[in-house]
Amino acid sequence: MAFRALAYWLVRYRRTWRGTIVVSVANPILFLLAIGAGLGTLVEGTVEGASYLAFFAPGLLAAATLQNAFVEAGFKVNSALRRERIYSTAAATPLEPGHILAGHLMFITLRLMLSAAAFVVVMALFGLTGSVGVALAVTLAATLTGLAFAAPLAAWAVTVSDFPQLNTVFRFVVMPMYLFSGTFFSVTQLPGPLRAVAYALPLWHGVDLCRALALGTATPGTSLLHAGYLTLCCVAGVLVARVTFRRCLHA
Amino acid sequence: MAVLNALIEAAGLEKTYPARDRKGTAFRAVAGVDFQVHRGEAFGFLGPNGAGKSSTMRMLAGVSAPTAGTLRILGLDPVADGRRVRARLGVVPQDDSLDTQLTVEENLLVYGLYFGLSRRAVRARAGELLEFARLEDKAGERVEHLSGGMRRRLTIARALINEPEILLLDEPTTGLDPQARHVLWDRLFRLKQDGVTLILTTHYMDEAEQLCDRLVVMDKGLIADEGSPRELIERHVTREVLELRFPPGEHEEVGRKLGDQVEVLPDRLLWYADDGEQALAQATEAGVRPLTALVRRTGLEDVFLRLTGRSLTD
Ligand SMILES: Nc1ncnc2c1ncn2[C@@H]1O[C@H](COP(=O)(O)OP(=O)(O)O)[C@@H](O)[C@H]1O
Ligand SMILES: [Mg+2]
Repeated sequence: MAFRALAYWLVRYRRTWRGTIVVSVANPILFLLAIGAGLGTLVEGTVEGASYLAFFAPGLLAAATLQNAFVEAGFKVNSALRRERIYSTAAATPLEPGHILAGHLMFITLRLMLSAAAFVVVMALFGLTGSVGVALAVTLAATLTGLAFAAPLAAWAVTVSDFPQLNTVFRFVVMPMYLFSGTFFSVTQLPGPLRAVAYALPLWHGVDLCRALALGTATPGTSLLHAGYLTLCCVAGVLVARVTFRRCLHA
Repeated sequence: MAVLNALIEAAGLEKTYPARDRKGTAFRAVAGVDFQVHRGEAFGFLGPNGAGKSSTMRMLAGVSAPTAGTLRILGLDPVADGRRVRARLGVVPQDDSLDTQLTVEENLLVYGLYFGLSRRAVRARAGELLEFARLEDKAGERVEHLSGGMRRRLTIARALINEPEILLLDEPTTGLDPQARHVLWDRLFRLKQDGVTLILTTHYMDEAEQLCDRLVVMDKGLIADEGSPRELIERHVTREVLELRFPPGEHEEVGRKLGDQVEVLPDRLLWYADDGEQALAQATEAGVRPLTALVRRTGLEDVFLRLTGRSLTD
């Protein structure tokens, strides 16, 4: 049944996929060029044992996936219920709210994975990924990072009746997380208490996982810890979303 | 017994929405209604905005759990057996919910897939449905380019994709121009002839009179009365009504002069009488000098007014 809901999103995506791929490729190219040629040359020496560009790129990948997750699971979930009535249309058929949720999350996973893959291809062009295996691992890690946000975001966004509230959360929750999760600089540079906060942020786990995999410094222990934490966020999000989707779709 | 072959049976049906936030209060949109719908009939809910029509329709559609009372649809419980109930219903929601980015055909396709139809089955059915909706030449057109009337017909076509036994239509012609309404009514007549049970809501009395075999008059979450349009008119109002208009401010005074048989509205007086001309003669005799006087047949609008003291559309 969830696949029927996924089919809808795929039919719709058929119209727009070209544009989204172009954006997913062009964005990292511009960022990495600017950072590599510009900011990167200002940073002397290495960060966590790597060139600034090699340090920055996987962090940006994780952060960009968070941003994509916010668009796909925040804004689009909300609009699917309120503005476009995509959910209520599906709810009038044999699909249950849980199927509608699952179908949309499957599509979001696909979108996040495609964007991450495009990013990783760009990284490869800059010589920032070792092997194909590393590239795949980084893509999956970034997708998991995105899902750790997408599921809880969907759970919340479906309940929001006032659209500007989404923007507020983006500005005051997502952006700070973006800046303080070790994307642009190592969190070890943060003062003690702030560092503790950063370690609790899911994005830091995503950033560190992607980075360690890309730089080849990953250890099984920390990787499992990161992946476990992200999976936990994702599962918790899905469980809450199952409740909020039922409440909002079958009001 | 009629009750035995009722497709839909509602008894003491209620819907209370929880408060939206801590400051708000819970709201009872449907306050205990009883009705039955039989196979093949066109059944209507006539009432003004906020009467609770859409809330009732969503309960019938199996997407909103009643907070009290009992509801059986096709012999099933729409909450426990929601999936099976919805598989046999067609739903035309109050607000068009077509995907404007997709083409006419794609809208039918994704909807058919929701019902578990194969792509091939949808394609075969789409031809018939588009012909029915008079949209044959629009199959590849994006919905954003369709007029309001076309979108409404497409929504109906889409609701028929699973060959439903019951079609629920929430305000099917609100916002359409008169010509588009007539085309739509004509399509609904055809469906009825094909044996589809129609349940519709409207706040247009002409629509209720045209389409409904039987209807309930709904106001403030309650059913004021039930019957065929003819029965309701005969039960509550006289054959004719005399409409009198006066300069602003004089209505109350003239109303008092003429007594109980007249309803005083903000813009006119209504005098219900079996013979309107005779009533007019009486009024003139009593020294009443209206700006305009009009005698017309009574309709459901008048029934609503008599039942609730308010007019349907204001
Ligand atoms: N989801 C909801 N939550 C709270 N109140 C609602 C909700 N849906 C409808 N209402 C309220 O219930 C009342 C009846 O609405 P509705 O059933 O849409 O009436 P109608 O279709 O006859 O115009 C309205 O006052 C409306 O504001
Ligand atoms: Mg309504």
